Amino acid sequence: MARPGGHPLVAGTGDVMAVLTSTIAWFLDPAHWTGVDGVPSRTGEHVILSVLAVVIASAIALPAGLVVGHADRGERIATAVAGIGRAVPSYALLILFVPFFGLGFSSALPALVLLAIPPILVNTVTGIRDVDADTVEAGRGMGMTGREVLMDVEVPAALPVIIVGLRTSAVQVVATTTLAALVAGGGLGRYIVDGFARQQDDRIVAGAFLVAVLAIVTERFFTWIQRQLEGRPGTLRLDVPIAPSPFGGRVAD
Amino acid sequence: MTSPPSDAHRAATVAFDHATKRYPGTNTARSGAVQDLSLEVPAGKICVLVGPSGCGKTTSLKMVNRLIEPTSGRILIDGQDVASREVTDLRRSIGYVIQQVGLFPHQTIGENVATVPRLLGWEPDRRRTRSDELLTLVGLDAATYRDRYPAQLSGGERQRVGVARALAGDPPVMLMDEPFGAVDPIVRERLQNEFLRLQADLAKTILFVTHDIDEAIKMGDLVAVMEVGGKLAQFGTPEEILANPASDFVARFVGVDRGLKRLSLSRVGDLDLLPAITARPGDDAAEPRRRIMANPLEYLLMIDEANRPIGWIGQRQVPSGGALSVLMASAMSPLLDRRTTLKDALAMLIDAEVQVGIVVDDHGALEGLVTADEITAFRRRGAEGSGT
Repeated sequence: MARPGGHPLVAGTGDVMAVLTSTIAWFLDPAHWTGVDGVPSRTGEHVILSVLAVVIASAIALPAGLVVGHADRGERIATAVAGIGRAVPSYALLILFVPFFGLGFSSALPALVLLAIPPILVNTVTGIRDVDADTVEAGRGMGMTGREVLMDVEVPAALPVIIVGLRTSAVQVVATTTLAALVAGGGLGRYIVDGFARQQDDRIVAGAFLVAVLAIVTERFFTWIQRQLEGRPGTLRLDVPIAPSPFGGRVAD
Repeated sequence: MTSPPSDAHRAATVAFDHATKRYPGTNTARSGAVQDLSLEVPAGKICVLVGPSGCGKTTSLKMVNRLIEPTSGRILIDGQDVASREVTDLRRSIGYVIQQVGLFPHQTIGENVATVPRLLGWEPDRRRTRSDELLTLVGLDAATYRDRYPAQLSGGERQRVGVARALAGDPPVMLMDEPFGAVDPIVRERLQNEFLRLQADLAKTILFVTHDIDEAIKMGDLVAVMEVGGKLAQFGTPEEILANPASDFVARFVGVDRGLKRLSLSRVGDLDLLPAITARPGDDAAEPRRRIMANPLEYLLMIDEANRPIGWIGQRQVPSGGALSVLMASAMSPLLDRRTTLKDALAMLIDAEVQVGIVVDDHGALEGLVTADEITAFRRRGAEGSGT
């Protein structure tokens, strides 16, 4: 594993070109694309862990947020819970579960789930609560049940805000899953942790690069979903004034 | 506007029976409270609840579809207590229109209109037919509007969609909470007129809330004036309320111009038209001159072959002999028709600085005359009539 220029990053010499060339060489090495420690395998671990965390968090936070937002009650408890979740550092969360679940995937997952819940919960509650009160009243007044109001009126109107919550949550989780390697959880974080342990700059930078790409892809994916929703004229409401301007009314006759 | 659906002639009486709504804090004057409200709206009539803000008019309305439950008392639709009905069924059988309309922004206009039919489980085809029919009914071209979204409509158009949506389930009762309050005065006037035309065919029982006394007088078969604290101050026809306000509050609320307002309730056709003394160009002057001398009006009205008024000839300008000529006619009066309100008729006479208006039919042919004196006398008679 002889590399030209030694280990500038770890040694702190700041030889950027050397790090760059060695990282490119790392990526070009076919050995790094196969086996348990190969890029596909590590990326797979990272994606699976992230997706699982967001899915489980959604399964908890979406229904809770819908109920709290619809009932317009218990919002303080929800935000308090979300606040605690945000205040505890993700690193601490990861370590916290090791005594209970041991090293590995099983400790990383619950920590990531807890991290993923607050943005989804807060955005779902806010999104539902902020749906135009007149629209909700019209629905109730026409004889919709609470469930029909929620599913036919509130959720479609709140969807853009809810998607933003999911996006924030997913990007955070993808970034934090990197730390899972610290508790032997696998994922792209392995390259960084191992790179530091073995003093291999190219491995560290390659890992960081892959995490960044994955986070950006995640972000783009949710933004794309949002765009699809905004493409519907029905959601134009978000940037069109609701009150008619005086004398601005066109009336078909 | 096309003819209404054939199943439309269904209405129900709505009665408040000592309905009271108190809010915790027990301050009876609290905004929105209602105190012992009893009144009955006959089937097919429009009853307007009117009063200053906080008088409980909206609360009263919402007690009918149970968006608000009364503290005590009952609300009856066709004799049946609304509290005994399953709440979603009840609401699906009552049309509901609110000021901000509350259209669902993510649904097309067609889907919005078909909301209640969808809740009632109608087939998609039937829903589409129904919503097209209703859009046409409220004056919107179905092909143009059904696939649009609420954000693409003007305020007036949205209000129309709101009315169409409320009518979709063919409810016998409609509740309308300031339905035309959010549009400019010109559009409001047009929507009011169209709605009255619609109601003439639909004959729904309608409870209509407004804070605008002019709208109440215009729209209501019956008007319930409410005052702060949720007390019913007076319940009667617009004519009764304007002629004999039951209290100082009502008198102040209807305004110092209530005499004029009453004139807007009657039309030229309600008066006995006075005959005019007429002649045509080319007639011999002698005979008309003799008649005009014996008449207090002192003016001869020249008309053409189709009986259309040309102008007046003053008593002294009528020659004692020879043929009458168009050139002799000088002054003219405002032309009214039988549908002109007395308020508008009086305003036109004052504007033209004349005492006499000429009433013509749809073809412009003379029907008779109306004088300013006669209009004011009619108002006086009405006041005495409803006072006894």
